[in-house]
Amino acid sequence: MLENMVTARHYEERLQEEYLEGKQPAFDISAGPIPGELHLAAGHEASGAGVCQHLRDDDTVTGPHRPHHVAIAKGVDLKRMTAEIFGRETGLCKGKGGHMHLFDPDVNFSASGIIAEGCPPAVGAALASKKRNEDSVAVAFLGEGAIDQGGFLESLNLASVHDLPVIFVVEDNDWAISMPKGRVTDVENGAQRADGFDMPGHRVDHDDATAVYEAAGEAVGRARDGNGPTLLEVQVHRRMGHFMGDAEAYRPDTDTERAQHLDSIDRLEADLRATGADEGTIEEIRSRAKERVEDAIEWAKEQPEPDPEEAYEDVFTNPPDGYAETLRGGE
Amino acid sequence: MAASDGKELTMSRAMVDAIAHEMRESDDVFVMGEDIADYGGIFDSTQGLLDEFDRDRIMDVPISETAFLGAAVGAAQSGMRPIAELMFVDFFGVAMDQIYNQMAKNTYMSGGSVSVPMVLMTAVGGTYNDAAQHSQTLYGTFAHLPGMKVVVPSTAYDAKGLMHAAIRDDDPVVFMFHKRLMGIGWMPAPEGPKTAVPDEDYTVEFGEADVKREGDDVTVVTLGLHVHRAIEAAEDLADEVDVEVVDLRSLVPLDTETIVESVSKTGRLVVVDEDYRSFGVSGEIIARAAENGLSDLTAVERVTMPDTPIPYARPLEQEVNPGTDDIIEAVRSVNDE
Ligand SMILES: Cc1ncc(C[n+]2csc(CCOP(=O)(O)OP(=O)(O)O)c2C)c(N)n1
Repeated sequence: MLENMVTARHYEERLQEEYLEGKQPAFDISAGPIPGELHLAAGHEASGAGVCQHLRDDDTVTGPHRPHHVAIAKGVDLKRMTAEIFGRETGLCKGKGGHMHLFDPDVNFSASGIIAEGCPPAVGAALASKKRNEDSVAVAFLGEGAIDQGGFLESLNLASVHDLPVIFVVEDNDWAISMPKGRVTDVENGAQRADGFDMPGHRVDHDDATAVYEAAGEAVGRARDGNGPTLLEVQVHRRMGHFMGDAEAYRPDTDTERAQHLDSIDRLEADLRATGADEGTIEEIRSRAKERVEDAIEWAKEQPEPDPEEAYEDVFTNPPDGYAETLRGGE
Repeated sequence: MAASDGKELTMSRAMVDAIAHEMRESDDVFVMGEDIADYGGIFDSTQGLLDEFDRDRIMDVPISETAFLGAAVGAAQSGMRPIAELMFVDFFGVAMDQIYNQMAKNTYMSGGSVSVPMVLMTAVGGTYNDAAQHSQTLYGTFAHLPGMKVVVPSTAYDAKGLMHAAIRDDDPVVFMFHKRLMGIGWMPAPEGPKTAVPDEDYTVEFGEADVKREGDDVTVVTLGLHVHRAIEAAEDLADEVDVEVVDLRSLVPLDTETIVESVSKTGRLVVVDEDYRSFGVSGEIIARAAENGLSDLTAVERVTMPDTPIPYARPLEQEVNPGTDDIIEAVRSVNDE
């Protein structure tokens, strides 16, 4: 669990560096080696690691729009994910998806940039598992800003009435871009949303990875045993802006400092030390994580960019005869 | 009102000026959307409004598009004049019923007894590698569904005039602005959208296309960002071909007359559209030109997004997004015919 968290944190820090290259001094979103928006999840690691620790490759995860920490914990290929973020041909999606839209069917991971819209497909994966009498489960990750969305609430209901093996994990970082949680919902505990759907709802405070691990264990167990869905809300902290380049003028400095100060990784390390883990083991985990991240970034940067002609491929799995020409605007 | 009066403004500033003016004139005008208050709109479309108006009139809302876009419909039907923003046009899917069944149709289905005087404002367009869920233009989708007026400014002058007209209009107006034209620091705009804008209020009437550059040989009909790419192409070709650039400014209503007049002069038509190729703006313009001036037409081409989702990687997005070079090539090709 710690290794996944440390890997994710280091990964985000390195991506931030790479992203800002070429965008300085004046920030231009389309410049540099990584263009487009980049949403980093530093401070969210406890939820991805604590939950995915219980998952197998055949379990499905739909990620949030800041998906890297969940992807890493689910076992998504780090090199190919990185190549995707750099827009390379050997990326997970051949450079067509980018960082918000990572698809790795080998470990049943996918993500969407549309808020809460990963929930219905997770319900669908759970439905498929139930119909086939399998014991795989599905997990949908979303932010607390997404719990007002119809797609989420409708998914809770569908999952509940059909007792589907799905877990909804809400990452509560207090902010939806510039909107603090208090201004968009009247419930402090998002897990209360579960009450209206007759499913268990559980909230874990203080970025506590161990507590997430325990709560998720129960939820995943319930789902695997055919006892239906669970809603889990996990307190996390947004250590950075909503996206890179966000000046966060709307956010009080004290809040940013609080987020920097409350850290799930520090907490977990302290817990491990308290239960007897020695410094050497923790250090080893850290250096292994760093090496893995550096390898992935180095590898990704060496990969070729896609051939422009690739743009016309993959619109369909089964393209009608001669369709590529039509797409291009030819005959 | 001349386009040359007044001080130079970015397109976003011009839009905000119009909104602020209308809000001062009437308490019925208010704005709601995600990140429009403290943030001022991700693309600066409401920048600074919270300094002058309170949170009841510059309302941040939860991420719940069905609810808040539908609430705008309800408030409009109750006689208010809401301006609702959804930051990217790509996100409309989650609330499409409120848009195309409620907002757009209630006037008709009520036999005209109900009106929906609201503005639905949203950002369109790619060019910065944000992939298929954040880069679409979708002009055609909104213009295709009856009951909504659809406007697309390409300059600060037009943006202000269209915004005044949109807020005053008794019908629902979809106001689609291209991110790349807004003049935001982190997304540099081309030369052109920043124009002189009069201080006082004025309207740009819907259904009046604007000839942004006159020419005798080839007509290029376009809108939004691609007006500027077309003008650039025309300047590059100036020694070779005399290109007329028609900026549609509104899709519903569509100014068929200006298109036909231009085509009957040049005989050659190129339509440039950042939206998907099939079943959209480009096909519509060509159909209108053919219906009304077939005998004048000697050559037609369209330069559009192909019918593919918009890819992320730079070489792929550049391949599909119609560039100045593509326009030059198309103009040359119709000119040679
Ligand atoms: C349907 C939809 N509406 C709006 C957006 C724009 N948007 C992207 S992220 C975001 C905030 C999400 O907040 P939250 O769910 O709390 O996740 P966090 O960013 O805090 O991780 C918004 C409004 C979107 N992508 N999709």
